[in-house]
Amino acid sequence: MSDTTTDPVGSRATGAPDARTRRIPASRSKPKKNLFAGVLLAPTLIGMGIFTIVPIIGSLVLAFFRWDIISRPEFVGLANFADIALDPTVRVSFLNTIVFVVIAVTLQLGIALVLASMIQERLPDWLRVFFRSTFFFPLVLSAASVSIFMGYLFNEQFGVVNWLIGLVGLAPVPWLTTPAGAAAVVIIVYVWQNFGFSFLLFVGGLGNIPKEVYEAAELDGASGFKKFINVTMPLLSPTTLVASVMAVITALQVFDQPYVLTRGGPGDSTRSAVMVVFESAFEQLEFGRASAIGLVLMLLIMAVTYVQFQLSRRFVFYQ
Amino acid sequence: MTTQLDTKAKQPLRRKVRRPVTGAYIGRLAVLLVAAVLTLGPVMWTLSTSLRLPSESFNLPPRFIPWDPDFTSYSEVFAQIDMIRLVVNSALMTGFIAAGQMITAAMAGYAFARLKFKGNKLLFGLVLATMMIPVQVTIVPVFMIIRGMGLADTLLALIIPAIPTAFGTFLMRQYFMGVPAELAEAAEIDGASQWRIFRSVYLPLATPGMAIVGILAFNYHWNEFFRPLILTISEENFTLPLGLVSLQGNMGTGSISVVLAGVILSMLPAVVVFFFGQRSLRAGLTAGVGK
Repeated sequence: MSDTTTDPVGSRATGAPDARTRRIPASRSKPKKNLFAGVLLAPTLIGMGIFTIVPIIGSLVLAFFRWDIISRPEFVGLANFADIALDPTVRVSFLNTIVFVVIAVTLQLGIALVLASMIQERLPDWLRVFFRSTFFFPLVLSAASVSIFMGYLFNEQFGVVNWLIGLVGLAPVPWLTTPAGAAAVVIIVYVWQNFGFSFLLFVGGLGNIPKEVYEAAELDGASGFKKFINVTMPLLSPTTLVASVMAVITALQVFDQPYVLTRGGPGDSTRSAVMVVFESAFEQLEFGRASAIGLVLMLLIMAVTYVQFQLSRRFVFYQ
Repeated sequence: MTTQLDTKAKQPLRRKVRRPVTGAYIGRLAVLLVAAVLTLGPVMWTLSTSLRLPSESFNLPPRFIPWDPDFTSYSEVFAQIDMIRLVVNSALMTGFIAAGQMITAAMAGYAFARLKFKGNKLLFGLVLATMMIPVQVTIVPVFMIIRGMGLADTLLALIIPAIPTAFGTFLMRQYFMGVPAELAEAAEIDGASQWRIFRSVYLPLATPGMAIVGILAFNYHWNEFFRPLILTISEENFTLPLGLVSLQGNMGTGSISVVLAGVILSMLPAVVVFFFGQRSLRAGLTAGVGK
């Protein structure tokens, strides 16, 4: 038995060399350990290989072909990309998605931040728990169910929303039958279901701000609003970055709500980018084209995330 | 108020210690209450309407509290669609995915956290990278691979691709990193095999982490719509969200009470998990966010 330079099994796998010297039984040879790691990793790695890595390569290849799954795939070069760049439905769907993301994410983060800062101080514990659970609750429901009952609430003739509007003496709003109304409903339903997630992140972030900082600001005579701008916002900026990146990535993939509420209509007014991927592939059987649209969407997601992180260099303040 | 008196004793420098109930405080409470009503209102209305006679579905003014429940719509749901089939399908799919994720994520997480092997970091980075690939980009090839495997339009087509989980692996790795390494040494000296150390020493300690992975998997897959919409074709393989949307289509605007009864039934397991697993769910959703 000798001191060995190879790390024994069971050492912290953080990559940091362990200062302590350990003795391990000589029988534990390295190949055996590798084999055991391989056995443990096999289900996950093989699964990911087959259902993520191969498909992503498949999508990359397929984007250069025209294929309806029945006849032989035909190589078309960049034709799919040229085609989707010129296709009004694709263009509108991407534009819709971007407008949706900007409005929905702004609302989602704004509402979440306001509510999270409101439950921070001077609330009895039971009320804080009640509000936190309530705002979290929609997250456990399926977007399809939520879209079904929200669709009824926004029904033009029989819906509760227009009934409420009528109480105030206003004319009923044609929610789901006009482009602007339908887009508004999709946004409202989406934000209703998802603001709780950003809320949770903000509650965590606000909880991490030391009370002393506020006390110091109060001693300097800072008012509530000034405290919020000069203390809360900078100290909360790392949380805001994470919350906004996650909200944007999720919102760019919106599908369930517009599909169930409006099927993309009226016209193309609520058609999202993912809906077009779905329709190209499984309704029009243009798998190459669907792959190309999917790749463009993925590039958009990556680009937006990259820009957010770049911007964060200027605005995010780390303690 | 008593707690604030305590703070006063400790911090005599604070200017305003005992704040009166101001207009701002009441305004804040009012905003929170309105938000809570707006959040719970639609769900209460759904429950209340599902407990009305189908012929009264569209009655206004709406009711939010079901004073005199009528269960006709619920029996109607079972008459209109194969509700039992949908529940069984959803339960099978979700159950197998959750169990599969718990097992495979624990295995992979342990290997990444505790085993020293060539390419550990590289492979782990690769696993994390797959988290960033949206489902929509891979769904077409996945659909074709599933077809190639002869699994098209089966529940297995929904289960198998969902088992390898990057997020679950990440969570379990974090979890195992927090467990002391010294335990392995003791077991090794006792002559335990690698498998034995994992199975009998570390795995039992990791059950809370596995519970989080399982609860997250349940919440996500019980509710998922996009993959089942693509990977299943015949109604006998539909899961609950698909079944409800097709029920809604069949009913048109005829009787929403029946559709809403279906919606409420489909929500019940999610609500139960919400009540008992809220803490784990929150921990799982926000894991990896802090610091």
